Amino acid sequence: MRSGNSRGPAGNAARTAAGPAFTVRPVLAADVPHVAAIDERITGIGKAAYWTDVFERYTRHRTGERFFFVAAPATNAAEQRVLGFIIGEIRTWEFGSAPCGWVFALSVDPAVRLRGVGEALFESLSDAFRTTGVTRMRTMVARDNRLHLLFFRGEGMMAGPYIQLEKDLG
Amino acid sequence: MKLQIASQLAIFAVLELTAHSGRPLSVADIGRKYGVSSHHLAKVMHVLGQAGLVRSVRGAGGGYRFSGNIRRVTLLDIVELFEKLGSDHLNAGRAHAATHEARALHQVLAEIDDIARATLGSITIATMLKLAERRAADAHQPAAARP
Repeated sequence: MRSGNSRGPAGNAARTAAGPAFTVRPVLAADVPHVAAIDERITGIGKAAYWTDVFERYTRHRTGERFFFVAAPATNAAEQRVLGFIIGEIRTWEFGSAPCGWVFALSVDPAVRLRGVGEALFESLSDAFRTTGVTRMRTMVARDNRLHLLFFRGEGMMAGPYIQLEKDLG
Repeated sequence: MKLQIASQLAIFAVLELTAHSGRPLSVADIGRKYGVSSHHLAKVMHVLGQAGLVRSVRGAGGGYRFSGNIRRVTLLDIVELFEKLGSDHLNAGRAHAATHEARALHQVLAEIDDIARATLGSITIATMLKLAERRAADAHQPAAARP
């Protein structure tokens, strides 16, 4: 896994051989419809109200422990406002776990994948988690979500000590 | 979980070829590191070659080169060339196979199989190389400094 950027999580810039430069920065209100659009393109499910709620929660409450970053083109002239996003927060003592960072969402627009956007977002969130003092980050991925499994494994994540269990209530 | 010897050798061979991608490696080169006979490795390399994952390089200094994409080929891709993951837990045809108890056991074992497939299918050769590098780095740290 890459080491953290000394400039901190916000404002990380990256230039790739395959595409224009982009920066990773905290989400703004104007980004939310674009975040929702990327999510709908990928999942096929529109959740505008959900993303508005996530934005409100992550920008207004426990802001020292919640992080919502977007990757945005470095130039204002670019047509696409948001290339990808990542969301995570510090959770403490849930499931008996000492404080650690949880990655709840990571999406990159399929049109701009393989350009380092996901890696830059992941590195930014990792850096943000480190600034809070936690030394571990976790996520949960559906067993058949090969794309995310491959990505997180490639970033050095391994299976943790927990097993997710579930039961139908119907 | 155990992998058959052939699966393990195939993974080791691919890791050697990709870690030393600048030159072909012979079965003797690889066999020396892992204490395996060239005869065993040759059979493994034949299967990998049939799958398009390695190609032979003839002549002086020849051997094998990896011909896949290290960011796409996974451990599962290699293992499935040599063995079938999971098994018919119900042993269809046996008298107990139709019992509720056998089906319940099958459900548990199938869960383990699914996790094994998802794990092996999510680790690319590139990720394995990074894991091996970290192991090597940890091994060179003083004992007191290791996590």
